Amino acid sequence: MLYNIFIDPFVQMVQMPDLLVQTLWEGLVSGVLYALIALGFVLIFKASGVFNFAQGIMVVFSALTLVGFYAKFSSWGFSGHAAAFLALLLAAGVMLVLAMLVERVVLRPLVTQPDIILFMATFGITYVLIGFGEIVFGGDPKQMIANELFLPSGSVDIEMLGGLVSLQKIDIAAAVIASLMIVGLALFFQKTRIGRALRAVADSHKAALSVGISLNQIWVIVWFAAGLVALVTGIMWGARSDVSFALEIVALKALPVLVLGGFTSVPGAIVGGLIIGVGEKLGEFYWGPLLGGGIESWLAYVIALVFLLYRPQGLFGDKIIERI
Amino acid sequence: MFYRETGQFKQNYAADSAVFPILQDRYGLAIIMVIAFVAIPMFGSEFLLASVMIPFLILSLGAIGLNILVGYTGLLSLGTAGFMGVGAYAAYKLSTMFPQVNILVWILCSGFFAAGIGVIFGLPSLRIKGFYLAVATLAAQFFLQWCFVRVAWLYNYNPSGAIEVPGRTLFGIAITGPMATPVNRYYVVLGVVVVMTLIASNIVHGRIGRTWMAVRDMDIAAQLMGIRLLPAKLLAFAVSSFYCGVAGALMVFLWLGAAEPSAFDIKLSFLLLFMVIIGGLGSLIGSFMGAALIHILPIFIRALPESLGLPVAAATVEHLTYLIVGALIIFFLIVEPHGLARLWQITKQKLRVWPFPY
Repeated sequence: MLYNIFIDPFVQMVQMPDLLVQTLWEGLVSGVLYALIALGFVLIFKASGVFNFAQGIMVVFSALTLVGFYAKFSSWGFSGHAAAFLALLLAAGVMLVLAMLVERVVLRPLVTQPDIILFMATFGITYVLIGFGEIVFGGDPKQMIANELFLPSGSVDIEMLGGLVSLQKIDIAAAVIASLMIVGLALFFQKTRIGRALRAVADSHKAALSVGISLNQIWVIVWFAAGLVALVTGIMWGARSDVSFALEIVALKALPVLVLGGFTSVPGAIVGGLIIGVGEKLGEFYWGPLLGGGIESWLAYVIALVFLLYRPQGLFGDKIIERI
Repeated sequence: MFYRETGQFKQNYAADSAVFPILQDRYGLAIIMVIAFVAIPMFGSEFLLASVMIPFLILSLGAIGLNILVGYTGLLSLGTAGFMGVGAYAAYKLSTMFPQVNILVWILCSGFFAAGIGVIFGLPSLRIKGFYLAVATLAAQFFLQWCFVRVAWLYNYNPSGAIEVPGRTLFGIAITGPMATPVNRYYVVLGVVVVMTLIASNIVHGRIGRTWMAVRDMDIAAQLMGIRLLPAKLLAFAVSSFYCGVAGALMVFLWLGAAEPSAFDIKLSFLLLFMVIIGGLGSLIGSFMGAALIHILPIFIRALPESLGLPVAAATVEHLTYLIVGALIIFFLIVEPHGLARLWQITKQKLRVWPFPY
């Protein structure tokens, strides 16, 4: 038994390095996608202190909007790359409208309430989006318009370590786009006027207000940014599997990523996502059979829990200072 | 005019510290009890008993359990459904292993198993706080649900993977299984819920409840005042999980009759959290109000188009229900973030001074 737990998996790893690399790669890829969802959470949490449960459904909703617009265009005989990008623009527009609505209808009246109330309010948003999305777009899974958006398909097989490692091109694209987006966000936060305002709001709402930063405006911007991140995440997830409300479950996976990285840290979301993704796949592949399989569903949470016991604020979170 | 404490003098300490100090409140409670114990079983239809009242009472019990943790102790938990599942599976195993023992004993005993599991998963709560703790309890939720699927011993190697409730009797009357009538099941559920609510009320109004509330308001300050945090938090986890476990056992044995592991998935956890927050954090009556709203409202919305004769597809109604419930959650949070219990309090305050508002 102990041999099976502590020695055998490592022996397997050494004996079949190509399989290990394949597993690692799959872990990294799902890690990138978890990280993207977590990124949306972090953006909103930093700027408004709202733990946005609706991020997961925003991913589904934005992807559905994109596919829905494209389907509408092609039914009018307007299809191809131009239509796809127009649909993309329109979907981004919808996310902007959503951000404004959320700010106006939900956040503004609840501004001084405790965190848990705001958390519950995002649950309400989730339900509304699920109901609205199902009524408008229907519940059946849809094909993501990957080709029209110039996303590659197929796979690259690399011969290494005495075996074939197959990398999906879409996964490579996802990794590249995710990195670009993270760099873009970092620049936006560090270099632009609005980025500075965002960081000021994250530090202290009152201080930001007193130097003339409009909280309402910042919140719209942040929710819009989170919406854009959701859109990109939705495209990437959708290109790997179909676009459907099943994606919602994946969003729950972003929670351990968040606590691992810390709620307020953008790099934390990335590193946490990669750790969870890789840990989950390795655990499932090498240790899963010992427990009867399916441990992927809770392994991420347990990894996060163990990390939390050592660092209660997550890996990169702000140090928790408690005062009386 | 009718609702005020004028002229009701308290002449001893017991009367002064009563849970319901005002006479009219006590009358109101008595009327509710009469309605619950006599009127509803007498005049209620089978649908009302089996699909409205029994689930409502069971969910209220679960909501009370969660409220003890979230509302009174301030520990956010998303693992409620997992703990309910522990209660359900424990009751199932116990009652199939020892069928001769009274089923009610096993339903109550199953709470202790849930409490034990709850304490184990509550251990990190000393170091982890707030939303971080919520995610930690998600680990409990997913791990326990995985156990219900994978550990075949728990469901007696049943090929369907579900647990089916055996028929059991209480004093010669069938209360579980297909033979039990809704009225009998309703009485058992009502009895358990009333007694456990009474116990919960005594706990939260006493020393332990005050300890929990001190921890909730600021745990460091509570520690400085001499409250030992670990026992206080673990006790909250234990009592809360006990309530949830009993609610889970009741849910399978007296409501559903059979359950698959998916009955205890994360949606149930969220549902209970809604009830607690909409009803009012830190309020027992709020737990009942929240359960009533969240459980009965969708039933009402689903029945509405049919009764109005509108031709709406069933799937659309389901989605509309989502939409409306979501919108109502936001609406209630904006109107009264402290929940229905606070609305009730305000109403009582208004009644006190009515009709002269000064």
